[in-house]
Amino acid sequence: MDIMSLTAVEIGRKIKAREISVVDATKACIDSIEKYDKEYNCFVSVDKEAALANAELVQKRIDAGELTGPLAGVPIAIKDNMCMEGVLTSCSSKILSNFVPTYSSDAVLKLIEAGAVIVGKTNMDEFAMGSTTETSYYGPTKNPWDINKVPGGSSGGSAAAVAAEEVPCALGSDTGGSIRQPASFCGVTGIKPTYGRVSRYGLIAYGSSLDQIGPIAKDVTDCATLLEIISQYDPKDSTSVNRGDNDFTSALVDDVKGIKIGLPRDYFTEGLDPQIKEAVYKAAEVLKSKGAIVEEFDLGMVEYAIPAYYIIASAEASSNLERFDGVKYGYRTEEYTDLHNMYKKSRSEGFGTEVKRRIMLGSFVLSSGYYDAYYVKALKTKALIKQAYDKAFEKYDIIMGPVAPTTALKLGESLSDPIKMYLGDVYTVPVNLAGLPGISVPCGYDSDGMPIGLQMVGNAFDEKTIIRAAYAYEQTRTYSRPAGVSERGL
Amino acid sequence: MGKAYETVIGLEVHVELATKTKIFCGCSTQFGGEPNTHTCPVCTGMPGSLPVLNKAVVEKAISVGLATNCDITRNCKFDRKNYFYPDNPQNYQISQLYYPICRNGKVEIEVDGKKKYVRIHEIHMEEDAGKLVHDPYTDSSLVDFNRSGVPLIEIVSEPDMRSAEEVIAYLEKLRLIIQYLGASDCKLNEGSMRADVNLSVREVGSEEFGTRTETKNLNSFKAIARAIENERERQIDIIESGGKVIQETRRWDDSKEYSYAMRSKEDAQDYRYFPDPDLVPINISDEWLEEIRNRQPEFRDEKRARYKEEYQLPEYDIDIITNTKKMADIFEEMISLGVQPKKASNWLMVETMRLMKEHQMDADEISFSAKNLATLIRMTDEKKINGSVAKEVFEKIFTDDIEPEAYVNEHGLATVNDEGALKQACDEAIANNPKAVDDYKNGKEKALGALVGQVMKAMKGKADPASVNKMLRELL
Repeated sequence: MDIMSLTAVEIGRKIKAREISVVDATKACIDSIEKYDKEYNCFVSVDKEAALANAELVQKRIDAGELTGPLAGVPIAIKDNMCMEGVLTSCSSKILSNFVPTYSSDAVLKLIEAGAVIVGKTNMDEFAMGSTTETSYYGPTKNPWDINKVPGGSSGGSAAAVAAEEVPCALGSDTGGSIRQPASFCGVTGIKPTYGRVSRYGLIAYGSSLDQIGPIAKDVTDCATLLEIISQYDPKDSTSVNRGDNDFTSALVDDVKGIKIGLPRDYFTEGLDPQIKEAVYKAAEVLKSKGAIVEEFDLGMVEYAIPAYYIIASAEASSNLERFDGVKYGYRTEEYTDLHNMYKKSRSEGFGTEVKRRIMLGSFVLSSGYYDAYYVKALKTKALIKQAYDKAFEKYDIIMGPVAPTTALKLGESLSDPIKMYLGDVYTVPVNLAGLPGISVPCGYDSDGMPIGLQMVGNAFDEKTIIRAAYAYEQTRTYSRPAGVSERGL
Repeated sequence: MGKAYETVIGLEVHVELATKTKIFCGCSTQFGGEPNTHTCPVCTGMPGSLPVLNKAVVEKAISVGLATNCDITRNCKFDRKNYFYPDNPQNYQISQLYYPICRNGKVEIEVDGKKKYVRIHEIHMEEDAGKLVHDPYTDSSLVDFNRSGVPLIEIVSEPDMRSAEEVIAYLEKLRLIIQYLGASDCKLNEGSMRADVNLSVREVGSEEFGTRTETKNLNSFKAIARAIENERERQIDIIESGGKVIQETRRWDDSKEYSYAMRSKEDAQDYRYFPDPDLVPINISDEWLEEIRNRQPEFRDEKRARYKEEYQLPEYDIDIITNTKKMADIFEEMISLGVQPKKASNWLMVETMRLMKEHQMDADEISFSAKNLATLIRMTDEKKINGSVAKEVFEKIFTDDIEPEAYVNEHGLATVNDEGALKQACDEAIANNPKAVDDYKNGKEKALGALVGQVMKAMKGKADPASVNKMLRELL
């Protein structure tokens, strides 16, 4: 049996049925990583021994009836910006290239409690700043659909690892599209939950008011199952919301009758690849044929989202990243003359170009004399964007559109033109600014055979509606693996 | 003939709040402890850690705001103050700039019988930093984060004070209010209360303020008074010699009675304040505010009026007893145990104050219970012990809080009411001291004292002196 061709929930079911053991699943996963990760570079670190030892423990607990959940014994990968006790947590940055935390992020703890077996930490854009996973200190991750192309980012390692069947599912984090966009580029599924749904405790912050942890997997069922596990209220995070309505798997129903879907006209304009436009409209037709009501409407505020996002996220990042100073942990420069020289050299040598760019941008917009003109204005814009969505949700249950204006770009193409890269976030950042949940599901391929993603955005804390619609849509398609992965004959 | 100058002073007072745990994590705020033992990922600013506000801090800050007549900001927020320094583990301090919890307050002070108000601009909450320890042996610096995250409030006054006396009166008033609230012990020497002095001078009659300086590192009221005098003179000298005062921060060295410039305004950092996205706005509901208001204690001015009316105590006694919350608490407990107010007051004013002086203690350090002193007073009233024994027993109560009845019994200190024994001792004293007897009989009243002393000695101090006196007179 090819374990790695299964979904996470299928693996969990086979473990429960004793068709395979936890060690079998973990071994299959590690074998796949060992075979293929040299090519794709999805992982920053893999601890084979720890994973196998843990697999045996989990098996014992399953045998003892202590672990009964759907993901008990299932291997999983974690984006390298989530702290894990005793495990390198680098954020793909040189400055944290020796950082081993003494505590775990809440999402990781919830997975461990559910019996998932963590096999490694995935590559990402440095400190989650980027849309290509090329800014990593550990080198770029490659797209399993075409190794000359980027996997998207910043959770590119997680998305590519799932697409390459190195791991059945993974956690990513999404500040401006960092789960949805790589999921779309790699032909897998990802959910960015409502802000406040998943605890941020232990997630190394990029833009604190926008960051959310979420699942990346092969299908909607896996994503809903994972989200159900990681989205419990956490008193350690003041922005975590206590609702008790996280039974997301109950929304895995093939029924969209009467669900109102709005397509924002302002999303389908010039910058959008016509093939993506076509694929999204086709998906809308499919949902219509299944009983959904689909309409076009004007969302508004679309052009203000990118500038507002880069101001707010960079401002928060400039402050969040101040703690990386070489004093207590992380990289410290070899030679320095005094304290300030030590700070300056450690940070200059420890951070990459894109991170420095955003720290400078963020410091600028917060500096006295510019605060009102930039930061305060960006916050007002954020509030207006939220209002535009609120208005739309008075009429619609779901707002549907593309995830990104293009499919995966060639490696190296975006780094030379940061503005172009930033514009690629046009459909994802407004969702973070408004704090809403969004799902990315595959909806076709372009002429080069690269996957296209469909985005559904729900009202705050209404993940269930987008899960339901995405699940219903998914029933009309079959999951495809990248050609390279199929050819392996796994 | 020199011009006349007026000193204009405003204060920034930091007070450490006496909460059990830190402002954003569950670590202990206890003073001391091995370095970095009262720490966790949150108060050491580790990556991914998040602050969670301790509600007790908000309540204490509000209680200080209410006691200083402030408006309470019903929807207040925390902001980040960004600056790099190793005692500040995140390289930003969580503080309040845009929406401080309290604003527009005032307190009344009195100097030389003249009353005036000092207005409070704002009170905000923030976290304390860690402590840097320089090791000269290895020429390196170490950081102790035990203090990191200890809650502080900063009370910012308007520039309403005009002399060192007014500053001290204001600080004493604040200290008393905060101590009465139990919000802090406010010890300047231990740093639980810190005052920075903003001072400028101007010609008398001038409407405009002069350029101000900020003086830091003031660890006692005396140091504050000296620093104010010194800074006033320094600024006047500069102006008189045609110079200009520079806006700067200065550090006071009390042993040298001299201040030096730390940094000028030009070096002032841009702190890039912005709302902390990790913390949610604090909504202070009517109910919560009312709850805090109802818990406010009786303050000094209210106690003064009540002591005068209810207990008819002299002003002098009231002043001393209400000067610290501790003293007032002991006094009130003794009253509730049935001690006559003036007697309770006397014991506190005389014996307690004497022993505090002898042990060089503050009222806060008093550890005896009001109950034991009340029992002692009752035993004296009932003539179970005499006055000198009572004083002796009180010393034990003061130091070890012993239970007086048990102690008196154990040490056989009870007054002997055995008429036979007393008569025998008196007879012996009369027989052994013929000269004193003669003197007494010749009208020298004082001589009786010598005889009483002899009897008391024979009775090992356990007789009631009044009874001895009476019996001697009868026998003679």
